[in-house]
Amino acid sequence: MILIHCPYCDEKRPEIEFANAGQAHVARPLDPSSQSDEEWEAYLFIRANPRGRHHERWRHVHGCGRFFNAVRDTVTDKFETTYKAGEPRR
Amino acid sequence: MTGYRLDNGGRIDRNRPVEFRFDGHSYQGFAGDTLASALLANGISLFGRSFKYHRPRGIMAAGSEEPNALISVDRGAGRFTPNLRATSVEIHAGLNAFSQNRWPSLKRDFGAINDRLGMFFPAGFYNKTFMWPRSFWEKLYEPAIRKMAGLGDAPTQEDPDIYASTYAHCDLLIVGAGPAGIDAALEAMGSNKRIILIDEQDELGGGALADPALWPWLERSRKALIDAPNVTILTRTTAFGYYHDNFIGAVQRLTDHSPDNSDSPREKLWRVRAGEVVLAQGAIERPLVFDGNDTPGVMLSSAAKVFGLRYGVAVGKSVALMAAHDSGWHDVFALAKAGVGIKAIIDVRTELSSALLDEASRLGINVHLNHSVTGVNGRHRVTSIQICNNDDYVGTRIDCDTLLMAGGWTPSVHLWSHSKGSLAWRDDIGAYVPDQPNENARCVGACSGGWDFGSGVIVDVLPTPKDQSRIKAFVDFQNDVTAKDIKLAVREGFRSIEHIKRYTTNGMATDQGKTSNLNGLQIASTALAKPVTDIGLTSFRPPYTPQTFGALAGHAKGALFQPTRTTNIDGWAAENGAVFELVAQWRRARYFPKMGEDMHAAVNRECVAVRSSVGIFDASTLGKIEVVGPDAAEFLNRMYTNPWKALEPGRCRYGLLLKEDGFITDDGVSARLAPDRFHLTTTTGGAARVLNMMEDYLQTEWPDLDVWLTSTTEQYAVIALQGPNARKLLEPLVEGIDLSADAFPHMAIREGTICGIPTRLFRVSFTGELGFEINVPTAYGRALWERLMAEGAKFDITPYGTEAMHVLRAEKGFIIVGQDTDGTITPFDAGLDWAVGKKKPDFVGKRSMARPDLVAPGRKQLVGLLTDDPNVVLQEGAQIVADPRQPIPMTMIGHVTSSYWSETLGRSIAFALVAGGHEMMGGTLYIPMPGKTHEAKVTGMVFYDAEGARLHV
Repeated sequence: MILIHCPYCDEKRPEIEFANAGQAHVARPLDPSSQSDEEWEAYLFIRANPRGRHHERWRHVHGCGRFFNAVRDTVTDKFETTYKAGEPRR
Repeated sequence: MTGYRLDNGGRIDRNRPVEFRFDGHSYQGFAGDTLASALLANGISLFGRSFKYHRPRGIMAAGSEEPNALISVDRGAGRFTPNLRATSVEIHAGLNAFSQNRWPSLKRDFGAINDRLGMFFPAGFYNKTFMWPRSFWEKLYEPAIRKMAGLGDAPTQEDPDIYASTYAHCDLLIVGAGPAGIDAALEAMGSNKRIILIDEQDELGGGALADPALWPWLERSRKALIDAPNVTILTRTTAFGYYHDNFIGAVQRLTDHSPDNSDSPREKLWRVRAGEVVLAQGAIERPLVFDGNDTPGVMLSSAAKVFGLRYGVAVGKSVALMAAHDSGWHDVFALAKAGVGIKAIIDVRTELSSALLDEASRLGINVHLNHSVTGVNGRHRVTSIQICNNDDYVGTRIDCDTLLMAGGWTPSVHLWSHSKGSLAWRDDIGAYVPDQPNENARCVGACSGGWDFGSGVIVDVLPTPKDQSRIKAFVDFQNDVTAKDIKLAVREGFRSIEHIKRYTTNGMATDQGKTSNLNGLQIASTALAKPVTDIGLTSFRPPYTPQTFGALAGHAKGALFQPTRTTNIDGWAAENGAVFELVAQWRRARYFPKMGEDMHAAVNRECVAVRSSVGIFDASTLGKIEVVGPDAAEFLNRMYTNPWKALEPGRCRYGLLLKEDGFITDDGVSARLAPDRFHLTTTTGGAARVLNMMEDYLQTEWPDLDVWLTSTTEQYAVIALQGPNARKLLEPLVEGIDLSADAFPHMAIREGTICGIPTRLFRVSFTGELGFEINVPTAYGRALWERLMAEGAKFDITPYGTEAMHVLRAEKGFIIVGQDTDGTITPFDAGLDWAVGKKKPDFVGKRSMARPDLVAPGRKQLVGLLTDDPNVVLQEGAQIVADPRQPIPMTMIGHVTSSYWSETLGRSIAFALVAGGHEMMGGTLYIPMPGKTHEAKVTGMVFYDAEGARLHV
């Protein structure tokens, strides 16, 4: 069972306290109605599936409840880093 | 020597004889014996029948790697455990053990005919033979094969035992308490580290337990470790898996070894998080591959030493050794000194150290260098062996009752590999050893490839003059895989060890190839003429040895498998005969049958009561979220399809929630209590999902909004009073709220007290009748319910359950998200476009509602269905076709989502999702059901009081 560092609690906690919330840094367009079908499709459905470094959102759902971002290696399943929502991509 | 018990030595307690049973016969051993050592001492050599060929099998090893001697232990009703290794079962008074996979008895086994037919059972036999006809597989082939080929019987009764589990944290976890593990513990003991030392055996020592010279050291070390306050010792504990971030799963066996404390937990699951892990799992001796190497009486040389020196049991009276490694020589020297008769040493090698040869000569043991065993005589026990010179195949026969094998050593890298530590091949020992760690872990002792057993050579199959295709030289003893099978797999084109393993099943038995993987690799390597490192290595996976489901499940079974959520009113419902159903994790009253009523009659009565007088319903399970903050209205405006900013405090609104993809995900009536405060309700099953979704948008998309979300589902008990007499019943009980129609209209909320209890009183209706939902602090739920029941007696108040609630809402055309929608339904598909704020620039899902697919014709749309025969209630889930005369398979254009008998209407009603349904109003559709195809007319979804006259009173 992986240990995940919550950047808000600043503690490593077991993964059962967390929930994955998909790819990180996919911002909702500020004005969705101005989006073309292709742009909206890309926002809604098209996701990365990298081998290696992957930017993901996690939620400390059974802890502080905060969403945060993480870089996880999809091959080794190791977390490289976690950081607060709103901070720049690492 | 009495029988096979040596006169002296061993760690058994000769003053404590123990009576036990095996296959119905009574035997005697000593405290400290395993089932294997005690039966060997009684001269038993036959322990079981093999998996496929039903060949007689004895003991091969002395530890948990034993592949042959699988037995069942019966501890009484529900306490039957199959497939235990006789070498790991401690004997105790009353132990009742049985051999497996034999009929009618171990000695006369009908299935042994398979052995004679062996040439017809090559690798892949089942795949090749039982392909056709397909229909025979389930009824004929599989049951027959299962009966013939198998391990122990599965237990048939519920397990009455208790299983405990715990979490533990330590700085240093040591797996394996042989000399290397004990040294690691002693070394760290003086620090302030919290140390856990785990070993699968009943006492510390590992290999040292079979080395009397080490016993004084062992006793000193054991005392020191027990006295150390920072060391926790777990014996009879198997570390079965090594998971991420130094998380180790281990099962401790607490009571199986002692007869009279079955009320205590049987086993305990340890989940250990360790700072550092030291693996000291030792090494497993490798069998040699030759014709007849599975005959009872053929065993590992190291096992014979354990039986002799730890348990005081001679494995035979006339013992021969077949060696490819020095360790076997040392073993038989020690056995000879302990009084075991050693007949001969055969070694494949031509040259050995003079020290070994001199010692053999001094002990009077005949030595045959450059020789191999080519045959074993005897069926239930070795009677003699055939040996040959490796060069000219000139042979001779040696009479003996036991043959030991010393084929070299395989480091136990199982847990290391679970942790994804890398392995390196070492040619000199012909084995993989730990290389680079992936966790904070290291291997010490024999499992790192370091040992002082001397040297040896690796031989894939012993040289033989016999026709290789006619001999049975076993590689995987438990799965009956021979060297011939692996060679056949290579001939048939398998190149990777992963494929060879699956085709031959080598290494796939319950022992996971502890004694067979490396021999299999060597044989495949030779057959492919490629180095071992080029054909791969199969993965090691948990568990290291089989563990019980009971230990893994722990307390999470029966009522504790998952929590059952109950409302404050649940107890009243139970006492008043409610029939319950589970909705998500909630237990809800489905209906309240009176004497002699079935569900149909009860639901009809409950529905009529609501329509004619007043019904009472426990709606406490509704999800509730308190939305507070200056931007609360703006937030809800962005989340829901409906406009919220203009909603006045004191009023309610039906809210429809989409996901960003434009599909309905939840709905519920919500109230504005104040400009900055809303009381949201969600579906019973959707509460957590909706809160999570709202938190997601609030935290990550709109962090600038000043809004706070709090789950209040469990803070309120909710009682729905529905029916024309609801107001009359409520009026005298409520203070501070004017209940008149003008002052308190439909879809409004007021705060006041009821029977002195603070309440948020909603005037809402999921039934189409005049209705109220009374929210009170949870603890008052049942008291208020009972008061309403008492006061409502004059109106013949009727409690109703979820089933009547479903019927009543369906009569009014109200959908249930998740039953009438399936995650692909838009508001337009559901006929709920009226709930979409057309003027709003944005809300979650709005842009998607204009996606090409979501506006395309032919989408499935929700419609009403009225069967031509009003007495026919369609099956929910029944498929719908446009033309019943089309050939099969018909084109299915939709399905029935809700269907009920409506007592109020005197007929059946239904909803259905139908492709292009909105365009079919008045048309006829066909619903094939068992026995008959029914016709139904497509209608709107409101079947009762379409103008809402009953609501606005």
